[in-house]
Amino acid sequence: MFKSKNLLGIKDLTPNEINFILDTASGFKDVLARDIKKVPPLRGKTVVNLFFEPSTRTRTSFTLAGKRLSADVVNFSVNTSSVVKGETLKDTALTIQSLGADFIVIRHASSGVPHFLSKILNISIINAGDGANEHPTQALLDLFTIRSHKKKINGLTVAIIGDIAHSRVAKSNIYGLTKLGAKVRVICPPTLMPAGIDKLGVDVFHSIEQGIKNADVIMTLRLQLERQVKGFLPSLEEYFKLYGLTAERLKLARDNAIVMHPGPMNRGVEIDSEVADGPQSVILEQVTNGIAVRMAVLYILAGVRR
Amino acid sequence: MKILIKNGRVIDPSLNIDGYKEILIEGSKIKSLYPKNKGPKPDRVIDASGCIVIPGLVDMHTHLREPGFEYKETIKTGTLSALKGGFTSICCMPNTNPINDSITVTEYIIEKALKEGACTVYPIGAITKGQNGEALTELEALIKAGCIAFSDDGKPVTNSLIMRRALEYSKIFDIPVISHCEDLKLSEDGVMNEGFVSTILGLKGIPKAAEEVMVARDLALCELTGGRLHIAHVSTGGSVKLIKEAKARGVNVTSETCPHYFCLTDESLKSYNTNLKVNPPLRTEKDVKAIKQGLKDGTIDVIATDHAPHHFDDKNKEFDTAAFGISGLETAFALGIQLVEQGVLSLKQLITKMSLTPSKIMRIKNGTLAVNANANIAIINLNKKFVVDSSKFLSKGKNTPFDGFHLKGTVEKTISVGKIHEWT
Repeated sequence: MFKSKNLLGIKDLTPNEINFILDTASGFKDVLARDIKKVPPLRGKTVVNLFFEPSTRTRTSFTLAGKRLSADVVNFSVNTSSVVKGETLKDTALTIQSLGADFIVIRHASSGVPHFLSKILNISIINAGDGANEHPTQALLDLFTIRSHKKKINGLTVAIIGDIAHSRVAKSNIYGLTKLGAKVRVICPPTLMPAGIDKLGVDVFHSIEQGIKNADVIMTLRLQLERQVKGFLPSLEEYFKLYGLTAERLKLARDNAIVMHPGPMNRGVEIDSEVADGPQSVILEQVTNGIAVRMAVLYILAGVRR
Repeated sequence: MKILIKNGRVIDPSLNIDGYKEILIEGSKIKSLYPKNKGPKPDRVIDASGCIVIPGLVDMHTHLREPGFEYKETIKTGTLSALKGGFTSICCMPNTNPINDSITVTEYIIEKALKEGACTVYPIGAITKGQNGEALTELEALIKAGCIAFSDDGKPVTNSLIMRRALEYSKIFDIPVISHCEDLKLSEDGVMNEGFVSTILGLKGIPKAAEEVMVARDLALCELTGGRLHIAHVSTGGSVKLIKEAKARGVNVTSETCPHYFCLTDESLKSYNTNLKVNPPLRTEKDVKAIKQGLKDGTIDVIATDHAPHHFDDKNKEFDTAAFGISGLETAFALGIQLVEQGVLSLKQLITKMSLTPSKIMRIKNGTLAVNANANIAIINLNKKFVVDSSKFLSKGKNTPFDGFHLKGTVEKTISVGKIHEWT
C-alpha cells in the first residue's frame, strides 16, 4: 500500500493512501479508549523528535503516539544541543541517525527541510511542520476528525479562515480535502493570500460572511501576532472585526457545521471564546485524534521496506 | 613563435567575417589573417577542422571571490574556469572581502591576476564605500588603478539620490554604472520567484516587481543625468519592456541577462534543489519568452554569466539559508548555442553578445580578431555533444543546476594573449 518510508507532505499522497492512514487511525483510536493504552508493534524502534521551532501539542502528541506503540521516544532539544554550538542541520541529522534512530520527526522553520533530510538519511522522516510548506499529520488528524463527524469528506464544503500565506496547516488541508473530494474555500485579507492559490482548486474569499455561508466545516487558523508588526494588518482588533469567527457569523454556516482550530488559539483574535468553547467546536477532539493519526503514521511507515 | 590556426570557420562580428580563414599569431598578438590555405609556414599549426574560431568570450559579470572567499573560488581557479568556458576576459564584481572600494584591493586583484590568472581580469569597483550605498568611492583613483566600471552588485544602491550622483559623477570618466536592480524591502527574506510555485513550496517569494521598480527608477535617473547605465542580470519580462521603451526614447542604457534566465523557470525548483537558488530568482515561462525576445530584438545587449561559485557546504543545506548563485562560466556558451538552435539568435549575434558588445560597453580592446589585437581566441566544436558534469569543472564552485544536461558545443582550445590551452 504505502511506498514511501517518509511522510513529507499530503501533496504526494494518493486518496487511497490518505484513506488507508485514516482507517488505520480508527483502530488506534479504539486502543486509546482502553484502560491500558499501549500496544507492542514498535517495540525496539526509536523515534527522535527533532524540533527546531517551539511546539507543545505536536511534539507531545508524537511522543505519546510513539510510546503507545511501545517505541523508545527521545526528544532532541535544540536549545540545549550542539546546534547552539554551531552544528549544521546536516550534521545534527546524521548524528541522530548514527545514534540508531528509526524515525526522525522534524519541525523546522525552513520549507523543504524534511525533503533535504530525506535525501541525506536512510531512516524514515516524518514532517511535523516545515516553514509555510506542509504539516501533514495536522491535516490527517483534521480529516480524521471531519470524517468521524460527517461520515465522508466527498461533497463537503470546508471554509478555512486565516493566514493562508504563512500556514502549512492550510496547505496540507487544501491538498487533503481536495484529494478526498471536498470543496475548499479560503478566506483572508489579500495581504495574507498566497500567489496563485486558486490554482489548487480552492475558491478565494475576502469576506468571511460570504466564505462561511452554508459551510459544513469551518477551520480557523492561528494568526501569528507578528503579522501586524510586518504590516500585513493594521491591527489585531481590525482583524477580529473583519475575520474573527463569532457566534453571529457561525449562524451563516450549516446548522450542524463543526468548528476546528489547529491550536494554539488566540481567543479574541481569530476566534471568539463563545465559539471556541461552544457546542459546535471539535477543537479538543482534534487533539485526541492527533495521537491516533500519528500512531497510524508511525505504524504504517515502520512497515515500509527500506 | 608563429602559430597558424587553420581549417576553421572564422567568425568575427567586429570585422564582419564569417568564413574559412587562417589566423597567424605571433607572440601575444594576432599578426595577420589569410584566406584559406594562403597562410605562411608557422612554427606550429593548430588544426581547427570542424570548429568555429571566434574572438575569446568576454564576461562582464563574474564573481572571483578573491580576496576574502578563497574557499569558494580564487583568481587562479576562476580564470581557468573562464578559459575552459571559452572566455579570455572577465570583469570581476567588487563584493569580495574586503570590498573592492579602494585602490589597495584593485591593485591586489590586478597583481594577483597577472601572477596567477589564466586569462585577462578587469576589476569592477564598488559604487559606494563598503557597498553601503551611502558615499561614492573615489572613482578617479580606482580607474587609474584599473577599474573599468562601477557596481554595488549583490546589493542595490537603495538611496536614489546616491544613485543619481553616481550616474552623474561617472560621466566625467564616461564609464558604465552597473545596477543590481532589487528593492530590498519587496524582496525581503525571499528565496525564489513569487508565484504559484513558491506557494506550493512554501518558500518566501521575490516578486518580479522587486526588480522592475528599481529598473524603472534607474532608467528615470539615467534619463535625468545622461549617465551610462547598465542593467545587470535582467530576469523579468517587465524589465525587458521597461528597457525597450527607454531605449526607444534614447536613454543611454545597456543590459544583460544570464543563461539561467533563458533556460530555466521556477518550475524546476520543485525538488528544493539549492543549486537553482539564484538572485534574481528563476522566473516563469512567460519571462523566459520575453527575455529571448529581448535578446532577439536587441533590448538585451549582452549575455553574461553572473558566475557565482560557492562551496559545497554553502549549498548543501536548508533552502532558506543556502547561498544564492550559479557557477556559470563553463556552461554559458553551450547554453547560448541553444538560442541559436531555437532560432532566437544567429550564431553571429550570439558571439556578438558574448564578446564584442560587452567589450564595447566596458571599453576594453577585446572581442575582436583584428590585426595587432591580443591573441584572445576560442576554438569551439559546435556539433560535439557533451553531458554537463560539475565534478569536472575547473571552478571551485560546482554549484550548477545544469548538471546532467545534454548540451552541444565544446570549447576545444582557448588562446589567451597568445598562450594556448587545450581542453580535449
